[in-house]
Amino acid sequence: MKDLLIFERSVPGHRGYALPVYDGPKKKLVEMVPQELLRERGADLPEVSEVDVVRHYTRLSQLNFSVDTHFYPLGSCTMKYNPKVNDQMASLAGFANLHPYQPASTTQGMLQLLAELEQMLCAITGMDAFTLQPAAGAHGELTGLLLVRAYHTQRGNPRKKVIVPDSAHGTNPSSARMAGYEVVTIPSAANGEVDFEAFRAALDDQVAAVMLTNPSTHGIFETRILDIARLAHEKGALLYYDGANLNALLGLARPGDMGFDVVHLNPHKTFSTPHGGGGPGAGPVGVKGALAPYLPAPRIVKHVNAGAANAPRPAHHEPAFALDYDRPLSIGRMRTFYGNVGILVRAHTYIRAHGAEGLRRVSRGAIINANYVKAKLRDLYDDPFPQPCMHEVVLSARRQKKQGAGARDIAKRLLDFGFHAPTVYFPLTVPEALMIEPTETESQRTLDRFIAVMRQIAEEIERDAAMLRRAPFTMPVKRVDEVKAARDLDVNYGKRNA
Amino acid sequence: MDYIPNTDADFDAMLREIGARDFDALIAEIPPALRQSQFELPPALSEPELQRELKSLAARNRSLDQLLSFIGAGAYEHFVPSVIDHLASRGEFYTAYTPYQAEASQGTLQVLYEYQTMICRLTGMDVSNASLYDGGSAVGESAFLALGAQPRRRKLLVSSAVHPEYRQILRTCLAGLGVQIVELPTVDGVTDLDALAAKVDDVTAAVILQSPNFFGCIEPMQRAGELIEPSGAWFVACVNPISLGALKPPGEYGADLALGEGQPLGIPLSFGGPYVGFLTSSQRLVHKISGRIVGRSVDADGGRAFCLTLQAREQHIRREKATSNICTNQSLMALRASIFMAVLGKAGMRELAELNLLRSHQAADAITALPGFALKWPRTPFFNEFVVTCPVPARTVCSRLEREGILAGVPLSRFFPQMERELLVCVTEVKLSSDIERLADALRRATEHHELPISHR
Repeated sequence: MKDLLIFERSVPGHRGYALPVYDGPKKKLVEMVPQELLRERGADLPEVSEVDVVRHYTRLSQLNFSVDTHFYPLGSCTMKYNPKVNDQMASLAGFANLHPYQPASTTQGMLQLLAELEQMLCAITGMDAFTLQPAAGAHGELTGLLLVRAYHTQRGNPRKKVIVPDSAHGTNPSSARMAGYEVVTIPSAANGEVDFEAFRAALDDQVAAVMLTNPSTHGIFETRILDIARLAHEKGALLYYDGANLNALLGLARPGDMGFDVVHLNPHKTFSTPHGGGGPGAGPVGVKGALAPYLPAPRIVKHVNAGAANAPRPAHHEPAFALDYDRPLSIGRMRTFYGNVGILVRAHTYIRAHGAEGLRRVSRGAIINANYVKAKLRDLYDDPFPQPCMHEVVLSARRQKKQGAGARDIAKRLLDFGFHAPTVYFPLTVPEALMIEPTETESQRTLDRFIAVMRQIAEEIERDAAMLRRAPFTMPVKRVDEVKAARDLDVNYGKRNA
Repeated sequence: MDYIPNTDADFDAMLREIGARDFDALIAEIPPALRQSQFELPPALSEPELQRELKSLAARNRSLDQLLSFIGAGAYEHFVPSVIDHLASRGEFYTAYTPYQAEASQGTLQVLYEYQTMICRLTGMDVSNASLYDGGSAVGESAFLALGAQPRRRKLLVSSAVHPEYRQILRTCLAGLGVQIVELPTVDGVTDLDALAAKVDDVTAAVILQSPNFFGCIEPMQRAGELIEPSGAWFVACVNPISLGALKPPGEYGADLALGEGQPLGIPLSFGGPYVGFLTSSQRLVHKISGRIVGRSVDADGGRAFCLTLQAREQHIRREKATSNICTNQSLMALRASIFMAVLGKAGMRELAELNLLRSHQAADAITALPGFALKWPRTPFFNEFVVTCPVPARTVCSRLEREGILAGVPLSRFFPQMERELLVCVTEVKLSSDIERLADALRRATEHHELPISHR
């Protein structure tokens, strides 16, 4: 029997809650709110007992692959192990049960944590200031591009264009458009790097920013990054760093030193906050000093109230943190309150656990693991970029596709062996792309099993590609019909949306 | 400490298999000039040290476990059933990602499909996405959608009773698009409908109203919708999901988009996030809304199965032509909201909304019985929040009560400098009669020796 929907578990009169009994002066509903503003019929929500709720959601959880249960080498997503201590710390009442508008006198520890996180992110990336407000990577991109716009506007011309390589995440061009810019897409060269001549040709004094991911989504380092930065800056353009792949560079090279003026980070990738089935993440944005005045408000500031200027500081003196809303050049606000604080607490905890040397080991491990997978698979799968990769490797299943089964089929077949699939069909520049990001938290033993299965699948395709096209066979459902989902749209149970 | 299982010996063996002399051979592509970067971080901590450090930071805050709080203003203290923390912390939900591989993600997908359905039933709308970041960014998103779908309409009307931070987000994120944003004034705590009627026109892309609004007042949404409809502008309703247990839902007063902050549905306050935004639309806009959407389909055996759908709208396919740059949703928070709605259910959501109404009115009656305190807009209905005028500046009231461990509310001068004596007070179902008595008593003592102006006697 298929798993029931929560609505199919509903039985009239069943309930899973108990609310306090109202013991104040009696009042009828219509004495408080006029009848015409009231709802006539209750919302048709399920009526279920607490045990039904627990069994329902526990059962649903069991239908998922996750990092806690499976190797999850989803490229560009950095699905590393999420340390449990981070979650436990974030759920301390002293963090989790704070209202955002509480007086600052009651939230000093929280503000200190956030200020420390800003400083640590500055150190890691080589930037001068950070805002923690954006709620996700794409949200950080829009924030960063609005900072770029404010910077240029202040100099008399917001400019018109943003350069984006064809290998970039789709969010880059989309964010640029939302910030009011025209997108100029530049091609990749055969070696997977940005086509330098095409870049030079696209660059003019109407370019507001150049958005790059480094290492790129091809998993390789842009070796001409310093030339790119110099040329961009000569034309007055700013360089934007998409931090999706920062897990490759911790302690090895910093975006700020490469010449980037604006960066966004993805703590749910690099700093191992849980992905939550697709969020919440966070998208802190760091800038060089020239852009700092434009950062969203409020900013966390540290007041040192030492009394009279030359009075001796008392030994017990504590610096007081405050939220500063008075930022005349600020772009404004991107999100309510101060961002996804619960995620930021986890990122802070993660960075404190590692220290600088620990973070360097993270990237070293990620890079060795990815190159190991590449070395063990490049004979059976096409390897479009022969140089060493960074934290992830992009292979192509075009050979297999000719034999009758492509990247999608390989992805589905991997599920049968208990491995989540790599990212497939991205980057768009590589046909039948298989983007594999093992991360540093996987052991050689796990990688060996994955490699053996990938090799077996290549053999299976040679023997019986038709079988691959029917995979998976062992999942809770067989292959899902995505075409029907879009054609006969049903996104709201009991209602036809088509 | 780190979480890397391979030992240095393992890595050395792997480097040999790779055919690399050493690790540096793998990163030879990084220019030497960049390899010099040294940076300082606080020293690494073992887990016991880490716990101690974080607990000491947490202990420097005073949480709502220690304070009696009447602060709302966009983030609300509600009952969070224990099952939510228990179920939402299951690693299978917590450590999965966006359900790109449907066959290995049916759990997350079914949760989101059920979430969409519950949100539709609560709002009375036809279609819901699988969630956005928060209420404020949902307002910003609605403006992008309305402007993107109607390129000739370049004006937005937004009520000045919409949360000040939402309005700020709107201005900030639309800065690059050259759009006119017009704020509508208020009368008696609600949007001035005459001003709305005068300003809405055929170049207006959307009219954004919030109900209950920032002041807690319930807006005349039905009449507003009737005024907007002939202009062809989208009617965007920002609503509090808890209020919909009792109040008329947006689907019944003609909203084109209904959205809001989902935090009240079982999500901890957590100093402002992570929260969840919900975004719903009428059927005619099903292809216009943004964000992940989960659809029901069948698998190869013909059985019920779920997958992400309408992805052709999205940035990873459409790039700069996408309806939005949005990539992730807030699945884990949508899961929490779903469990909340399932636990409370049909009867519980109504009971909860009524209890919020009763408690806030009980508190309003108790406060306005004090000398010098009055409701700012006594004729306007409110939900679980209301504005009182105090006999002294509201900031003074708040700082006096803070010394007793009571957070009396939000002084409105924080957002509206001219509202010096106005205090926004929120009372939800978690407050008992004894809490309300304690608040009223503290307010009385904090203001009793004050010389009262004649008008308040």
